[in-house]
Amino acid sequence: MFYRESGQFKSSYAADSAILTIAQDRLFIAALLALAFVVLPGLGSDYLLSGILIPFLILSLAALGLNILTGYAGQLSLGSAAFMAVGAFATYNFMLRMPGMPLLLAIFLGGLMAALVGVAFGLPSLRIKGFYLAVATLAAQFFIEWVFTKFGWFTNYSSSGVISAPPMQVFGIAIDTPASKYLLTLSIVALMALAAKNMARASIGRAWMAIRDMDVAAEVIGIPMLRTKLLAFAISSFYCGVAGALYAFVLLGTVDAQAFDLHRSFQVLFMIIVGGVGSILGSFLGAAFIVLLPICLNLLGQAFHDTISTQFLANLEMMLFGGLIIFFLIVEPHGLARLWQIAKEKLRVWPFPH
Amino acid sequence: MEWQFFLEVLVGGLLAGVMYSLVALGFVLIYKASGVFNFAQGAMVLFAALSFVSIQAMGVPFWLALLLTLALMVLLGVGIERVVLRPLVNQPPITLFMATIGLSFFLEGLAQMVWGTDVHGLELGIADEPFDVGGVFISKFDLFAAAVGGTLVAALALFFSKTKLGRALRAVADDHQAAMSVGIPLKHIWAIVWGVAGFVALVAGLLWGSRLGVQFALTLVVLKALPVLILGGFTSVPGAIIGGLIIGAGEKLAEVYLGPFVGGGIENWFPYMLALLFLLVRPEGLFGEKHIERV
Repeated sequence: MFYRESGQFKSSYAADSAILTIAQDRLFIAALLALAFVVLPGLGSDYLLSGILIPFLILSLAALGLNILTGYAGQLSLGSAAFMAVGAFATYNFMLRMPGMPLLLAIFLGGLMAALVGVAFGLPSLRIKGFYLAVATLAAQFFIEWVFTKFGWFTNYSSSGVISAPPMQVFGIAIDTPASKYLLTLSIVALMALAAKNMARASIGRAWMAIRDMDVAAEVIGIPMLRTKLLAFAISSFYCGVAGALYAFVLLGTVDAQAFDLHRSFQVLFMIIVGGVGSILGSFLGAAFIVLLPICLNLLGQAFHDTISTQFLANLEMMLFGGLIIFFLIVEPHGLARLWQIAKEKLRVWPFPH
Repeated sequence: MEWQFFLEVLVGGLLAGVMYSLVALGFVLIYKASGVFNFAQGAMVLFAALSFVSIQAMGVPFWLALLLTLALMVLLGVGIERVVLRPLVNQPPITLFMATIGLSFFLEGLAQMVWGTDVHGLELGIADEPFDVGGVFISKFDLFAAAVGGTLVAALALFFSKTKLGRALRAVADDHQAAMSVGIPLKHIWAIVWGVAGFVALVAGLLWGSRLGVQFALTLVVLKALPVLILGGFTSVPGAIIGGLIIGAGEKLAEVYLGPFVGGGIENWFPYMLALLFLLVRPEGLFGEKHIERV
């Protein structure tokens, strides 16, 4: 009834290629951004901000990165946490060894380092495909974890292998309250999500999708395999690197290499499966789901606090988690993003479907 | 003496490699027959070992417990086929792979929920004592494991190449739809394969379980089996054994001779790097089927 595009005419090319072509969508996004930027930092409790929203945003960013590589370019990777680790440790070292470097620049450089490492580990993808590649990306996961645990230089010879975030400020504003941390994260994530959306719509995104659908065919029609695949690895790792830096600095404050183990890689992978492989929106929906599910299960567990042991609950959580993954794959292989799309289609003709 | 030490490390590595092969074998079996990269193999190993130990703890004699666990694993395999795989027929391989990751979480949770999270010991009645072969000490247990692994591989290789059922399995792996159209009953085939994979998981679970103790860490042997898998090729049963031998020997030799130079602890990633190097030369692994790509 209210969600119709009738009467909305596009009279310029710019309007035709806009991200949101329907006025109601624009309104919705604007309202969402206003809520996120203005209302939540003011009204949200500290727990809501630093316990739910910041992890959600950071993990969304990592999921975005993996989605670029796996969802768009079709290269299955099981090493995204390793690139997060590179971002975190590189940012730490940039800030440590070059005093006075602005935080944003350090995070950016940390992302670039992750991109470089990503390209190095992406090189085999030119020759190895499919599951062979997926297993080969595990080499990155284990190797990088080992490097950061083994060589003290990366952690500034801290005895426990832990790096701690120095006091942070951006443009003279100290980042020390949950609200300011949240705003910093939100700004970075919003900008990078916009960039990802645009990359996915541009020629590079189409080249990625061509390679995903069939790489030999893509090469035949003149898509440069080397450049396109490595670019996917680089950009994906950049996103993961920035996410890792934020994870270490903004969310946790102190972190060691074990925070970026294989489990984290799988967590990010689950986000894009549940959210939607090859969808920007899906990365966010998936991250929200994966962040909220344990919290909800915990709440549920507290309700039955007396009757159920924590161990039982932990196992139940694992079963539910695995079961839900399978459930989603069977019911909707394209994830939550697809459900959202279907809901929108339904809404267009509601309440008079004929 | 130096030479003897080298030999001891080498033989130890080779025998450890056979243990890896046992796990890799479960992967190959399912991949060969259904094109599914079954990440849940490790969870199945844990499930099998944990079930066996728990059934035995109820006072059931060894052989009966073995039979019961085998029945349970076959049941589990059939159940997986019915609940997880059948709705996903003709989905892209990546979807099936992700489903098996979900499955591995589910099974790990289920196994520990039903049987508990305690570490159990497992005694197979084979002493883990070294014995002397021309001055080189070899563990009896490792030899036994190697013999079991070798027998299993020989039997499976024969099964795949000589029997009607084995050929049907390979046809299904090649193309689901084509296999269905020539009248191969896909559902039965998958149920059988998952049942057999359950059996292999049981064998691997028993051997690994008596080595490490039956506990959650058993699922991690998957990570040891993966480089074996890509080195040998996803589709090759002998490849799993050869790959296991190369990885096992390479890993142990590297740890002893290369490890001290870089600070040790390299056994986590070295097999992967080794496999990766092999793959750069042969992208399908040593014995994997070559795919000719057509546009």
